Amino acid sequence: MNRKHETDQEIERGKIGAFVDWVNADSPDIPAEIEYEHEEHHGEHHEEHHEEKTPQAQIRQERKVVSWMYRGGSLVCGLLLVAILLFTVQALPRFGEREVPAFNEVSQRYLEEGLTETGAVNVVAGIILDYRAFDTLGESMVLFTGSIAVIFLLTQLSKKAEGEEDGSKKCVESLPAQVIIRMVFPIVLLYGIYVVFNGHISPGGGFSGGTILGAGLILCHLAFGEAYTSRFVTVKRCTGVMSVALLTYIAMKTYSILTGANHIESGIPLGTPGSIFSSGLIFPLNICVGLVVACTIFAVYSLFTNWKAREK
Amino acid sequence: MEMIKFILGSVFILLGLFVFGVATFGIFRFKYVLNRVHVAAKCDSLASILVCIGLMFFSDSLAGILKLILISVFIWITNPVASHLVCKIEMETNENIREECEIKEEML
Repeated sequence: MNRKHETDQEIERGKIGAFVDWVNADSPDIPAEIEYEHEEHHGEHHEEHHEEKTPQAQIRQERKVVSWMYRGGSLVCGLLLVAILLFTVQALPRFGEREVPAFNEVSQRYLEEGLTETGAVNVVAGIILDYRAFDTLGESMVLFTGSIAVIFLLTQLSKKAEGEEDGSKKCVESLPAQVIIRMVFPIVLLYGIYVVFNGHISPGGGFSGGTILGAGLILCHLAFGEAYTSRFVTVKRCTGVMSVALLTYIAMKTYSILTGANHIESGIPLGTPGSIFSSGLIFPLNICVGLVVACTIFAVYSLFTNWKAREK
Repeated sequence: MEMIKFILGSVFILLGLFVFGVATFGIFRFKYVLNRVHVAAKCDSLASILVCIGLMFFSDSLAGILKLILISVFIWITNPVASHLVCKIEMETNENIREECEIKEEML
């Protein structure tokens, strides 16, 4: 009885040991219900034979109480949150009213002077990459941090789980998918690049274009496996590209903020609005954001698929 | 002329919406994954092309019409393949597939 042996060990290690296990995330509490039911059936058998309450049964009882407390607590918290949010929604002003605090001279200034000050025909790009570029930097940082955390976790786990390195493993073996994806893949990449490059002229920009680029890379990975995609993009290269793009973003924005705050001419030409090479720094900033988004999406996807393949 | 354009365009768009509705109905009506994929794939392809044709009547420029043609070609190429992949994965992962529908041995 392997399971019984484990529970005996747990009792010897006491509550501190259980807590350490819980912190290390290999506590038996986490997969909860199915395991419990199995154990209960075993327990009933034993009780029929021995007719005494074992310490395991007591622990099981305690765990059951704790799990019900968790459920009740989460229910109460959730209902409380819903109530608070519903209460707050009632206090909000109606949509489109002139008296709302957001309707002030700032948004009017953006709409009236945006084209002459930033040179971007697409006012949204002008706002998010010029007036509020610091905010966009934070958003890119969030993506970067998230992907770094995933990379850190999953590479550690796959180091632990030893398995044969089978790089040619595909998600699906399918000839039609391969043929069509070979046809469609360059078009998807081209469209993604178009959306990134036209971010300051038409709707689009770094975030949406980067998503299209990442989805194209995922398509390629899906059809041809890692052995094919690792020729031109790997997780390592993704992190490199992300870091370089973020550092470039920071460098460019530091320069423009420093010069702007000290009333020095930055020397960056705004160009004629509507052409590709216009609107100063918005064009390169869009490219940086697009690279970060595309690399994040692809790195997370390929790490998750690899990890599953190795687990088997 | 404007009137004819408007009527033709609306007829096509309404037809497309009707087919979309049938697809949604089928997805909830059928029980098994393969049946649902069948409905979704066929109806989505037809409905999106009908809506695109309807929108072509409303577009002012030749460039707009060409873009709509490109969109419909792209959907007609990719949508069947996507459904095919879903079916393939269902065939590979579902253990009770023989109880749900008849399949030939060479397909497995």
